[in-house]
Amino acid sequence: MRHSIFNLVRQAFAGNQGWPRQWRSPAPKRAYDMIVVGAGGHGLATAYYLAAEHGLRNIAVLEKGWLGGGNTGRNTTIIRSNYLWEESQKLYEHAVQLWEDLSQTLNYNVMYSPRGVMMLAHTQHDVQSFQRHIHANRLGGIDNEWLTAEQAQAFCPILNIDPSLRYPVIGAALQRRGGTARHDAVAWGYARAADALGVDIIENCTVTGIDRDASGAVSGVQTSRGAIRAARVGVVAAGHSSVLMGMAGVRMPLESYPLQALVSEPVKPVMPCVVMSNTVHAYMSQSDKGELVIGAGTDAYTSYSQTGGLHIAMHTLDAICELFPVVRRMRMLRNWGGIVDVTPDRSPIIGKTPVPGLFVNCGWGTGGFKATPGSGHVFAHTLATGEPHPINAPFSLDRFRTGRLIDEAAAAAVAH
Amino acid sequence: MLLIPCPYCGPRPELEFRHAGEAHIARPANPDATAAGAWSEYLYVRSNPKGRHIERWRHASGCNRFFNCVRDTVTDVIEATYPAGEARR
Ligand SMILES: Cc1cc2nc3c(=O)[nH]c(=O)nc-3n(C[C@H](O)[C@H](O)[C@H](O)COP(=O)(O)OP(=O)(O)OC[C@H]3O[C@@H](n4cnc5c(N)ncnc54)[C@H](O)[C@@H]3O)c2cc1C
Ligand SMILES: [Zn+2]
Repeated sequence: MRHSIFNLVRQAFAGNQGWPRQWRSPAPKRAYDMIVVGAGGHGLATAYYLAAEHGLRNIAVLEKGWLGGGNTGRNTTIIRSNYLWEESQKLYEHAVQLWEDLSQTLNYNVMYSPRGVMMLAHTQHDVQSFQRHIHANRLGGIDNEWLTAEQAQAFCPILNIDPSLRYPVIGAALQRRGGTARHDAVAWGYARAADALGVDIIENCTVTGIDRDASGAVSGVQTSRGAIRAARVGVVAAGHSSVLMGMAGVRMPLESYPLQALVSEPVKPVMPCVVMSNTVHAYMSQSDKGELVIGAGTDAYTSYSQTGGLHIAMHTLDAICELFPVVRRMRMLRNWGGIVDVTPDRSPIIGKTPVPGLFVNCGWGTGGFKATPGSGHVFAHTLATGEPHPINAPFSLDRFRTGRLIDEAAAAAVAH
Repeated sequence: MLLIPCPYCGPRPELEFRHAGEAHIARPANPDATAAGAWSEYLYVRSNPKGRHIERWRHASGCNRFFNCVRDTVTDVIEATYPAGEARR
């Protein structure tokens, strides 16, 4: 059933009992044309674009838990495209443009809210680096502007710009088109739209092996629900990418770290934008429910534990209390962790692998939510045609052999 | 927070240490004769296991020495620590 004002009114009068399930829960078939491993936002978006733009319908998304239960449902939802390098600008900007009418495309309200992302400068080095980004962005046609400390405070009135702070705010870079979206709705919207086009989304189905034929090419996967054949497999498994690629004998330039976030009790609107500070490790925005959403840093060591150390969250709260003294007495409701897959150059890997028929989309680390629609779009192209889209061609696995890294210092190893 | 047994100083809180990545990665012995693929392995590729992992730590706010540590990356339980240069455990 379409989401429309007509159906909304009709269902309201019928006590909202008539809404159908959002997606089916099919049993896995014995074979598909293509399999996507991982039903996070990126995997679901990939399946959606495979069906919607490439006409592929006999495809499955296999998920070991519940869809959207990985980093997609655990992130702080910051969206922006003001990256330094041209390759990254094109990739993230592609996503921002898709975000702009994603709710209409999917007929699902993903609550994309371009409320502005403001990144604080606390040191002379920050100022120089942000100015460099602003100029690079202007050349790339991406909005990003410099604000003085007073202008920053005018944009976010609860921000403390007292010069006596240990790390005073001396300016900021603002991307007005940046913002947030509702993470669960993104997964649900893509799942519902893909399912409606015939994609099988199979939850509680852990991939335990990748099968290869005599020539070495992929022939299918082993799962907790039996073997499933497919000549093309796309691995979109975030923190578990090394584990999955290891099943096909491919070693990856990845390390998996816990990254955590926390939310406060809900309060009335106090924060009109997103504020990020890489220097003091603090990120905050306010959800539409009223909770303050706070992102902390990664732990120092690699882990799959899906919980971060308490001292990491404390460190962030110290900074939050300095920058936003008005929230000092608020209570935190929930704190959780995700496992993020970090590459040496902090840029993702999207493309072919040494194994014929096996493709990978990973390495999004601490900052891939913002890219969800763009990532799915170009990865669907890669899977459908067997060759990368021009936008993801530079993000090959091979760049770690050729040395053509895309070194995104902008993507610091912290939540954003 | 981990409680890390430094082989020289004994158990100390994680805050005293710096993590220094996967252990037992040797620089190619003959750089001139090393192919790009081998450099890639050395510089960028990591085992990143879900389970038993051997990593280096430096006791930065203590003896300042590097040592190796065997830790399970699912439970974060430390199995053993041993001086750098000793054989892989
Ligand atoms: C605390 C936190 C804050 C963040 N903040 C931001 C932010 O503000 N902005 C931003 O842009 N990004 C942010 N990120 C990063 C962002 O969440 C991720 O880059 C992005 O969501 C990755 O999406 P995905 O679909 O690739 O991964 P996931 O959503 O993690 O999906 C991968 C899926 O693969 C499944 N899987 C794994 N192994 C198997 C298997 N063997 N078989 C079957 N399925 C398997 C998992 O269960 C999971 O559902 C944050 C991350 C965290 C953890
Ligand atoms: Zn010591």
